[in-house]
Amino acid sequence: MKYFQTFLRYRYLLFNLINRDIKVKYRRSILGILWSVLNPLLMMAVISTVFSTLFGMGGKFGGLSVPFHIYYLTGATIFNFVSEATSTSMMSVFSASQLIKKVYIPKYIFPLEKCMFAFVNMLFSLIAVFIVMVVSRVEFHATIVLIFIPIIYALIFSIGMSLLLSALTVFFRDILHIYSVFLTAWMYATPIIYPLGILNDHPKLMFIMKLNPMYYFVEYFRSVVVYGTIPGIRDNVVCLACSIVMLIIGIAVFKAKQDKFVLYM
Amino acid sequence: MSNAVEIKNVSMHFNMAKEKVDSIKEYLIKFFKKQLFFEKFVALDDINLEIKAGEVFGLVGLNGCGKSTLLKIISGIYKPTTGSVKVNGTISPLIELGAGFDMDLTARENIYLNGAVLGYSKEYINEKFDEIVDFTELHQFIDIPMKNYSSGMVARVGFAIATVTKPDILIVDEILAVGDFLFQEKCEKRIDELMSGGTTVIIVSHTIDQIKRLCDRVAWIEKGKIKMIGETDEVCDLYTQTSV
Repeated sequence: MKYFQTFLRYRYLLFNLINRDIKVKYRRSILGILWSVLNPLLMMAVISTVFSTLFGMGGKFGGLSVPFHIYYLTGATIFNFVSEATSTSMMSVFSASQLIKKVYIPKYIFPLEKCMFAFVNMLFSLIAVFIVMVVSRVEFHATIVLIFIPIIYALIFSIGMSLLLSALTVFFRDILHIYSVFLTAWMYATPIIYPLGILNDHPKLMFIMKLNPMYYFVEYFRSVVVYGTIPGIRDNVVCLACSIVMLIIGIAVFKAKQDKFVLYM
Repeated sequence: MSNAVEIKNVSMHFNMAKEKVDSIKEYLIKFFKKQLFFEKFVALDDINLEIKAGEVFGLVGLNGCGKSTLLKIISGIYKPTTGSVKVNGTISPLIELGAGFDMDLTARENIYLNGAVLGYSKEYINEKFDEIVDFTELHQFIDIPMKNYSSGMVARVGFAIATVTKPDILIVDEILAVGDFLFQEKCEKRIDELMSGGTTVIIVSHTIDQIKRLCDRVAWIEKGKIKMIGETDEVCDLYTQTSV
């Protein structure tokens, strides 16, 4: 109850910080927040051009039921969201050291804010997804109303992971450097730039893939947005379990370590 | 009268790492070599202090004696190593003016941001916005980024935001030294107003005259221990005599 009250008191701070991040990010840029829509579009253009001309992967290859660029864009939307949320959160507590050393603020506000900022950005990139789907004449299924479910799973997962990473980074700056490598490996371990179908002949790789929570979030998102199928109970349980476990680990580590932050800044 | 702040047996120890261990590899090496020993520095040693509600309480002492550490413990930034701190009411800390300002934003944006840092709602700031700006006297600069401000101007905005509300406890750490003398007078007047409204004020200052003018009681801290607590004149006189 006490925690909830503190959170309510500081919710304005959360909104203000998100607002500040948006303002600072797009200050002096002519297109401003439009970049959040344009960026994924341009990335998609680059990736699908490279893959179709260089590797001949254009159109529906590898058993894809949708065009490659849609496949890429839907996967990248979820992956980029988690990757942006976690990598910006990582530095959030440490970069707020000036503030944390001088005023009492609940410290989880900082990673939480970065997650919400990434979340807002992701909402804009959803516009890009819809634009591309309309332009490419991809069929819209009724299941698209369930789009919020995989997004919420990914958000909970990101918050948990962000709490964990931001707490650890205060003590070990190494994590910053290794994380970008980890993110690249993680991206290749998730079906984003290659069709899942090419792993059918590699049961071992497929097994590894299924240990990756991101695989479930990405596939769930594609199911409801482009495939028009509703994932079963099993998929929901796996997604929910991954996010809740990550959140619990994150909260536990953050809570245990937060009083020591200020001594290491 | 009830107590605004109760400090019981508070000690604060810092690990003075001779070399900072910043990486896992270093940590593991030191861990296995059993070299993970730090020199312990006792910043505060068994402090007991009660500050009554509505009182203006001064802290004096030489640099590095633990005054600021004590303020940070009261405002909840540090958790004491041992002992307990009980605070009744809301705290508005002026540990450093302008903590939390984003210099890329304008003063207007920073007023909302800093207000939120101190836990005020947007509606509340909307309501008080004119009052804040009037106090700073910076009307024509309110929409330019704060990186173009002078330090005195930043301090004005910081002070105006921190004192716009009536906090139960106001913590003032050596901040009245910034700003010109007119602004200093204005700040003191504002503190007077808050005091008459029942706010408890805790002041750290090296300007003994200021302490004498404002405070009801004073604690003198030396090397992390309370050397003396008592009436302002008594403590200040002894402090100036022995320290000079």
